[in-house]
Amino acid sequence: MDLEMFFEQLINGLTLGSTYSLIALGYTMVYGILELINFAHSEIYMVGAFVGLAMVTVYKLPFAVALVAGMLGSCLLGIIIEKAAYKPLRKANRIAPLISAIGVSIFLQNAALMIAGPQARSFPSGLNIRTLSVGSVHISTLQLLILVISIVLMVGLQFLIQNTKLGQAMRATAQDKEVAQLMGIKIDSIITFTFAIGSALGGAAGVLVGVYFDSVDPTMGFFPGLKGFVAAVLGGIGNIPGAMLGGLILGLVEMIGAVYMSRYKDAIAFAVLIIILLVKPTGLLGRNVQEKV
Amino acid sequence: MNYYLQILTVIMINSILAVSLNLITGYTGQLSLGHATFMGLGAYAATLFTLKLHFPFLAALIAGALVAAFFGFIIGVPTLRLKGDYLAIATLGFGEITKNILMNLKITGGPMGLRGIPKVTNVYIAAVALFLVIFSLNRIMNSRVGKSFIAIREDELAAEAMGINTTQFKILAFIIGAFYAGLAGGLYAFLFRYINPKDFGFMKSIEILCMVVLGGMGNTYGAVLGAFIITILPELLRSVSPVIAQYRMVFYGLLLVIMMIVRPQGIMSAQALEKKKYKSSLEKGGL
Repeated sequence: MDLEMFFEQLINGLTLGSTYSLIALGYTMVYGILELINFAHSEIYMVGAFVGLAMVTVYKLPFAVALVAGMLGSCLLGIIIEKAAYKPLRKANRIAPLISAIGVSIFLQNAALMIAGPQARSFPSGLNIRTLSVGSVHISTLQLLILVISIVLMVGLQFLIQNTKLGQAMRATAQDKEVAQLMGIKIDSIITFTFAIGSALGGAAGVLVGVYFDSVDPTMGFFPGLKGFVAAVLGGIGNIPGAMLGGLILGLVEMIGAVYMSRYKDAIAFAVLIIILLVKPTGLLGRNVQEKV
Repeated sequence: MNYYLQILTVIMINSILAVSLNLITGYTGQLSLGHATFMGLGAYAATLFTLKLHFPFLAALIAGALVAAFFGFIIGVPTLRLKGDYLAIATLGFGEITKNILMNLKITGGPMGLRGIPKVTNVYIAAVALFLVIFSLNRIMNSRVGKSFIAIREDELAAEAMGINTTQFKILAFIIGAFYAGLAGGLYAFLFRYINPKDFGFMKSIEILCMVVLGGMGNTYGAVLGAFIITILPELLRSVSPVIAQYRMVFYGLLLVIMMIVRPQGIMSAQALEKKKYKSSLEKGGL
């Protein structure tokens, strides 16, 4: 691999990785608060992409509107899923909500297949995409746009969580639900809010990836969803900067690995996951938690 | 073969799969989302033993199951150190890696799969296999080993405090479950005469999980009932409307959610250690 190719794969990896980061944030926020792997997150991402696509193709709206609409659509779906499928199981043991989440995921994916059909659709963003050349390294403006949007969203989230009252309440709820409740925090609304924010970020990722690969289809969420989860585990699940870091690292590893073994591209992420789980199950930035009796 | 006999055979193969996943998830409490992987490994191994090495049917079947059990060990050792949802994701990951490898190897025929497998499986062979699986499983569950499995499900820390080597028993449950699943895979290959990696993907794993959850986690006969319902339902729906049968996965998804909310213990509830005195953790909604 020569230097130019390395730089191009670096940019490709960062672009893809930033979308993984956005997806990973949704997993990590929900896990931080409920200790639940929100399996339906990959479908929330897919629905976001479809809402964005509908805005661009059916209503002929500009890309920025499609992005916001995709985020809102995903946000709404996330809230509905939380109320319908997870809230009744809040008191149950851990496997029940997980199976419920798998159920929601299968339901949404196949409902989308039924409504939209299995074929992939292209995403005419209407953006004026050019290719910038630095020396012999080519970067498309679309990649830069995706990177910038992802970074803006992530910085915004970090601000929300660290510097606002709502963020403080979220952190308190993640730390100890009961004590947070005693402090006057409305746990239920905080959980709903967490789902809303995480889902909106997932929806944004859906629209961005839809535009990036110019393809939207009902099963598009499966692998990115899993990889987003891998990214969350890699960074340390429940840890927000960890999710961002994990996504970027995973994107890079995948893109550079793809140069050498393109046929096994999808397996790379899982190999990373299994290695991480075995070597450092708490992830790169995660804390070690002792099991309580 | 007659259409009804064919369905009956498939029900029995699916019952073996459900019963074997029930051992891992229902009895031992380890959620696996990659059970179809072991079925696939058994199917591919049995097929290759027959096509390349000309093993007789029974030998190929058992060899396939042993290969699956071996991979159960290989996959179980690293992943079973993980708990709950991490284990679920790791098994899913291993499933996808296995599928990816089967898709790319020459000997497995890549995405085209393998064809030209002799048709041997019939309803009698499947029935005998199912009987043997349930019989041996009941023997295991009534032994000290089986009680240890249930103890791990009910409270892993307490089980460990009682001197049960939890990791060892979890791996053992995984190996036995993988062996049965591999057997089912072999029967499947010799029934349909054609296998390809997609037959053993995530969706098949979910289908098996649906059978176990519907019938009742931690109940062998519940798993058989679940396999019966899940197998026959699309056939019934097909006679009502082919469109509904085609989109049966929509129904599976809803089924999982509704079951978890309304009756998390499934149609038949779990066998607990002491039926009268204690309520199993499964009856309180999950593991």
